[in-house]
Amino acid sequence: MTDITSLTLTELVKNIKDKNLSSTEITKAFVERSEKSKELNTYITEDFTSAINKAKKFDEKPNFDLKLPGIPIAVKDLFCTIGVKTTAGSKILNNFIPTYESTVTQNIWNQGAILLGKLNCDEFAMGSSNETSFFGNVQNPIDKNLVPGGSSGGSSSSLTANLTPVTIGTDTGGSIRQPASFTGTVGLKPTYGSCSRYGIVAFASSLDQAGPMSKNVKDCSLLLEVISSYDPKDSTSIEFKRNKYSEELTNNIKGKKIGIPKEYRVEGMSNEIEELWKKGIEYIKECGAEVIDISLPHTNYALPAYYIVAPAEASSNLARYDGVKYGFRTKGENLIDMYEKTRSDGFGNEVKRRIMIGTYVLSSGYYDAYYLKAQKVRRLIKKDFDQAYSKVDAILTPSTPSSAFKIGEKTNDPISMYLNDIFTVPVNLAGLPGISIPAGVDKKGYPLGLQIIGKAFDEQTILNIAYSMEEKINFKNKITDWWIK
Amino acid sequence: MTIDLKTIKHIAKLSRISLEDEKAQKLATDLSSIFEFIEKLNELNTKDVAPLTSIAETTLKFRKDEVKSENLREKILKNSPSDNEDFFVVPKVVE
Repeated sequence: MTDITSLTLTELVKNIKDKNLSSTEITKAFVERSEKSKELNTYITEDFTSAINKAKKFDEKPNFDLKLPGIPIAVKDLFCTIGVKTTAGSKILNNFIPTYESTVTQNIWNQGAILLGKLNCDEFAMGSSNETSFFGNVQNPIDKNLVPGGSSGGSSSSLTANLTPVTIGTDTGGSIRQPASFTGTVGLKPTYGSCSRYGIVAFASSLDQAGPMSKNVKDCSLLLEVISSYDPKDSTSIEFKRNKYSEELTNNIKGKKIGIPKEYRVEGMSNEIEELWKKGIEYIKECGAEVIDISLPHTNYALPAYYIVAPAEASSNLARYDGVKYGFRTKGENLIDMYEKTRSDGFGNEVKRRIMIGTYVLSSGYYDAYYLKAQKVRRLIKKDFDQAYSKVDAILTPSTPSSAFKIGEKTNDPISMYLNDIFTVPVNLAGLPGISIPAGVDKKGYPLGLQIIGKAFDEQTILNIAYSMEEKINFKNKITDWWIK
Repeated sequence: MTIDLKTIKHIAKLSRISLEDEKAQKLATDLSSIFEFIEKLNELNTKDVAPLTSIAETTLKFRKDEVKSENLREKILKNSPSDNEDFFVVPKVVE
């Protein structure tokens, strides 16, 4: 039989239900491979001993009616896990042990899954390369010294390296879809309000969403089905009829109308991306869908608006880290001095930069010019999508303007780093669902992704489109295991 | 737009982040280029556009005012760097 860790979630679930594999065998296989993969630096906290114990317990009294029976899963370290250290990739939360569980992770455990550990990410999810983490860079299994994307970089790397069968990330401006694109995996950001934000370390509350990351679309639909739920503990959680995404998954997209927005042909985008996009359009036509040219005229304003809204909300959310209630404190001469020194030592440069941008745009005299202006532009961006969706069912774009870059390549130029999210940010601003699927490789052999954007609450349609394209594209990641010790 | 050193120090103060001069200079450069980028928004006339304040257009639901969690005081205080078993401890505030 093939290596256990290379199986998909769907295959693992079937093997467990057919009693070909036990939860203990599966969990041990992922733990052993993770032990040999330390060079990737994907884990901040390992919970391996406890995972194996839980697997044994599951095998003693298995419940095969669950959706994730005895499946070990590692999650981004932005989800609070009761009794297990949760850092958000930051020094300031280095000793934080939550007294509660996030709803999304609770949903996963309720379906029989087992926590493997907490995965590295950009500090407070602020970054596109996982280089802002206090716990160091993460390697992309595709090639040495290549970033795995961010902020869910530990998640994308673990998934590609077969250290976890699926994982969950969070996406505020592209933090699931961009790392998925950089690692040849599937990542979905659900509609705002689909997955509860309760127990997720907050970055920008009006944009943050948790979502599944997986090796294929089928696994993605199953994990979404598990994590998406109405939650009274999150005041922005929305009550709507959620599909049985995995059961309703179909490759029949005949007659669906797919929009191609001309504004996503940005300056400086490589030919390879352009070609990939064209190929994607051909695949969609072959699947029997209709392709329609559309316009999203305010696309170019999404990134500037995002860099007002997101830092503004972050500066407010991160005010709570002041050296009083959480583990890290630097001594000061008085209370204010203690606050200032703690925050200066406890936050990394990118986080400080964003807190300061946010503080500035919210400060007296600047609020109207920046924050209010950005909220107005956000309305225009949402309107663009509303108008497009009167004509089409979904929209196809590239996921990122380039493939993964080298570690250190963009750290000195914040703007060039921000431009990574040019195709993903509009989706967060409009609160829509978006999925990135691997669609090819560039000259260097690095994966490239295509993004399908859907109508609000219509995750099923983008999953179906992704599913039918996946069959045509037939993408296979080439992993050499170069990091295995 | 250029953000000068004085403004940076003012923002740092508001943000409760202490800043050495060297770092302040670097931040002034970074923030200036970021605000230059952000100011692209001024190309748009938004006079008659209503701000989008919430993407989830729902009204808040009422719930019963009940205590649901157990007593977590000890566990919560444990996460703090300094406590005296009953309270978070901070440097002296009153002279």
